Amino acid sequence: MLEIKDLHASVNGNEILNGINLKVHAGEVHAIMGPNGSGKSTLAQVLAGRETYEATQGEVLYDGKDLLSMSPEDRAREGIFLAFQYPVEIPGVSNIYFLKAALNAVRRHKGLEEVDAVDFLQLVKQRTKLVEIDESLLNRPVNEGFSGGEKKRNEIFHMAVLEPKLAILDETDSGLDIDALRIVADGVNKLRNKDNAVIVVTHYQRLLNYIVPDFVHVLVDGRIVKSGGKELAFELEEKGYEWVKEADRAAIQA
Amino acid sequence: MNTETNTIEQLANSEYKWGFVTDIEADAAPKGLSEGIVRFISAKKNEPEWLLEWRLKAYRHWLTMTEPRWPNVKYSVIDYQDIIYYSAPKPKKELKSLDEVDPELLRTYEKLGISLQEQERLSGVAVDAVFDSVSVATTFREKLMELGIIFCSFSEAVHNHPDLVRKYLGSVVPANDNFFAALNSAVFSDGSFCYIPKGVRCPMELSTYFRINAADTGQFERTLIVAEENSYVSYLEGCTAPMRDKNQLHAAVVELIAVGDNSQIKYSTVQNWYPGDKEGRGGIYNFVTKRGKCAGKDSKISWTQVETGSAITWKYPSVLLQGDNSVGEFYSVAVVNNYQQADTGSKMIHIGKNTRSTIVSKGISAGRGQNSYRGLVEVKKGASRSRNFSQCDSLLLGDKCGAHTFPYIEVKNTSSKVEHEASTSKIGEDQIFYCKQRGLSTEDAVNLIVNGFCKEVFRELPMEFAVEAQKLLGVSLEGSVG
Ligand SMILES: Nc1ncnc2c1ncn2[C@@H]1O[C@H](COP(=O)(O)OP(=O)(O)OP(=O)(O)O)[C@@H](O)[C@H]1O
Ligand SMILES: [Mg+2]
Repeated sequence: MLEIKDLHASVNGNEILNGINLKVHAGEVHAIMGPNGSGKSTLAQVLAGRETYEATQGEVLYDGKDLLSMSPEDRAREGIFLAFQYPVEIPGVSNIYFLKAALNAVRRHKGLEEVDAVDFLQLVKQRTKLVEIDESLLNRPVNEGFSGGEKKRNEIFHMAVLEPKLAILDETDSGLDIDALRIVADGVNKLRNKDNAVIVVTHYQRLLNYIVPDFVHVLVDGRIVKSGGKELAFELEEKGYEWVKEADRAAIQA
Repeated sequence: MNTETNTIEQLANSEYKWGFVTDIEADAAPKGLSEGIVRFISAKKNEPEWLLEWRLKAYRHWLTMTEPRWPNVKYSVIDYQDIIYYSAPKPKKELKSLDEVDPELLRTYEKLGISLQEQERLSGVAVDAVFDSVSVATTFREKLMELGIIFCSFSEAVHNHPDLVRKYLGSVVPANDNFFAALNSAVFSDGSFCYIPKGVRCPMELSTYFRINAADTGQFERTLIVAEENSYVSYLEGCTAPMRDKNQLHAAVVELIAVGDNSQIKYSTVQNWYPGDKEGRGGIYNFVTKRGKCAGKDSKISWTQVETGSAITWKYPSVLLQGDNSVGEFYSVAVVNNYQQADTGSKMIHIGKNTRSTIVSKGISAGRGQNSYRGLVEVKKGASRSRNFSQCDSLLLGDKCGAHTFPYIEVKNTSSKVEHEASTSKIGEDQIFYCKQRGLSTEDAVNLIVNGFCKEVFRELPMEFAVEAQKLLGVSLEGSVG
C-alpha cells in the first residue's frame, strides 16, 4: 500500500528526515516511536502533503502512485488520513458541518453522490457511538475550546466518519485519560480491516497494548534505526532510546 | 489620474462589451450638473414645487461643499461635470437567450446557485410567459395593501403620498448632511418608499425585487422607510448576483425612521457592485449615506450588511437613539480583494435614556485590498444608563492587504458603559492545511474559514439571504490564497 524509499525532507533548509525506508501493507499496523524532535511528526506531515516541508530526495509510492506529486487534498480523498498531534481550531465552523463538507469532497472524488442530510446524520450517530464522543462536541466549532483529550477523540471521530485507507495517528494517545485511551483504541480497532492500514506514532507502550502493532520502528535523527515486532516497544520502555542510539552508532562505525 | 477620468468616461459613454447595459435613448439630460439640470430632472418626474425647491436648496448647498478626503481610501478626482444625471428609465435591451451573455458572468451565476430563470431576468433575457415577475409582484402588492402597507417607488410615493414624503424626507439625513448626501438630494433619480402603519407586522421580507418599476433606479437612489407604533418590517436591499453598471459613481441615501413606540426596522443589504478588474481598473465608487432614527420609545433599528463589491465603499449605517430604551444594531461583513478599498463602520448616537447599541464588524482583506473600520459611539449627557458593545474583527488573507480600525468614543455621562473589542488575525496556513487534509480544496477551505469568521453577522440575515451571502463570499475571494 505504502512504500517509502530513501525519503529526505527539510524545513527552512534544515534537513529533518535523512533517508526513511518503510513498507506498509494493507491490514498492517505499524508503530513509530522515537525521542522528541526525531522527526516523527515531520514524517506524518510529509506523507499528508504539508507544503512547509520539502521532500528533497527519495520517493513515496501509495497504491503504486507517486504520492509526493499529489496535492494534500487529493491524498486525503484517496484515503490518507492524519490525526494531528495538535488539532487545529476553526472558529465559527461547526464540527459536523465541517465533517460533512469533508465527506462529500471525498465522495465526489470517488464519483459518488453527496450524502443527504438524513443519511449523514445516521452515519454520524453510529460513529459517535464508536468513539463515544460527546454529542455536544458535534455542533460546536471545530476544536474550538475543546479540551486536549476532546480534540484527540474528535480526530478519531473524523477518522471513523471518513474511513480512510491509511490512517496516520500522531500521538493520539497523549492527552487522553486511561478510559478514553481504551475507548479510542477500541474505536480504531473496530475500523481496521484487511484493506486498510494504520501508522501510530506514540511515546508510550501502553497504547500498543490496545492497538497491537505488527511492526515497531524507532526513529532517531530522521532515520529508522531499528525495526522489530511488538516486543521492541517493551524493550524501549525498559531500556530507553540511548540503547538503540548506541547500537546504531556501533553499526554505522562497523 | 487620467486613467480614472477615462474610466468614468468610458463607463458613461460606452456599452459593456457583453451588452449588459440599459439602452439610453434621447430621453437623457446632457452631461454635467447645473441648476438647469436639477430643474430638468424635477420636471421630467413631474414633481411638485416643494420638491423642486428642496432639490435646488440641496444643490446650492452642495456647491459650497467639498468632497470629503478623510476616508482611508485613495482615488483620483471625480469630474462631476462629466456625469449624466438623468436618463429616463427604459427597459433593458433584450437578449434572445443566455448564449448572448458573457460566459464569465454565467459561471458566477452558477456558482452562486442562481436559477436559470433568475439568470435570464438578471441578464436581461426576454422573460417567457411562465415566469411573469410583474404578476408575482402584483399579487404581492395586493397583499401588502390589505394590511395598509405602502411599498412603491419613490416617484410614485411623491405623487400618491406627498404628505408622508414631505414630512419625512430629509428628516434623518438632511439635504446638507454631507457632500454626497447633498448631491443625492439634488439629483436623486428614484428609489423605494415604504410605510408600515400602526400595529402592523409586515408578514414578508420586502425587497426591491418585488417592486414594480424597479428596473432602473440609477446611481442616485433614495430610500425612505417609516414605521409607526408597534410595527415591524424587514427590508432587503441588493442581491448577490454581480451587478454591472455604466455609472462609476453611486451616491445613495437611505433614511429609516422608527417613528412610533415599539416599532422595529430591520434593513439588510448585500452589495455586489462591479469591483473593478484584477489590476484595479474600473469598478463602482459606492458613497452611501444610511441613517436611521429611533424616535419612538423601545423602538429598534438593525442594519446588517454584506459588502463584497465596488472598487471603493464609503458608508456608515448609523442609528440615532432618541427614544428611551431604543436599540440600534449594526452587523457588517466587508470584503476587499484585489485593489478594492472599503472605509465602513457605524455611528451610534445615544440620546435617550437607557438606550443600547451593538456593533459587530467583520472585515476581510485579500489581495491588495484595504479595509478600514470607522465607528463612532457617542453617548450624550442625557442618555443615562446607556450601553454599547462594539466588536471589530479583521481577517487578513495574504500579506499585501491591510486592515485598519478607527474607533471614536465619546461618553458624556457616568452611568453609561461602552465596550470596544478588536482583533486582527491572519488566515492560518495550519487551518487551511487541516481542511485540505480532510479532503477540502484550498478554495473550499478559505470559504469555510471565512464564513466561520463571519458567522455572527450571517446569523442576522434572513435565511435565504444568508445562504446566498455565504456563497458570494467564496466567489469574491476566489483565488486569493495560493
Ligand atoms: N516548521 C519548522 N521549522 C523549524 N524546525 C522545525 C519545523 N518543524 C519541525 N522542525 C524541527 O524538526 C525536528 C523534528 O520535529 P518533529 O515535530 O517531526 O519531531 P517529533 O519526532 O514529532 O517530536 P515529538 O515527539 O516531540 O512530537 C525538530 O527539531 C523540530 O524543531
Ligand atoms: Mg511529534
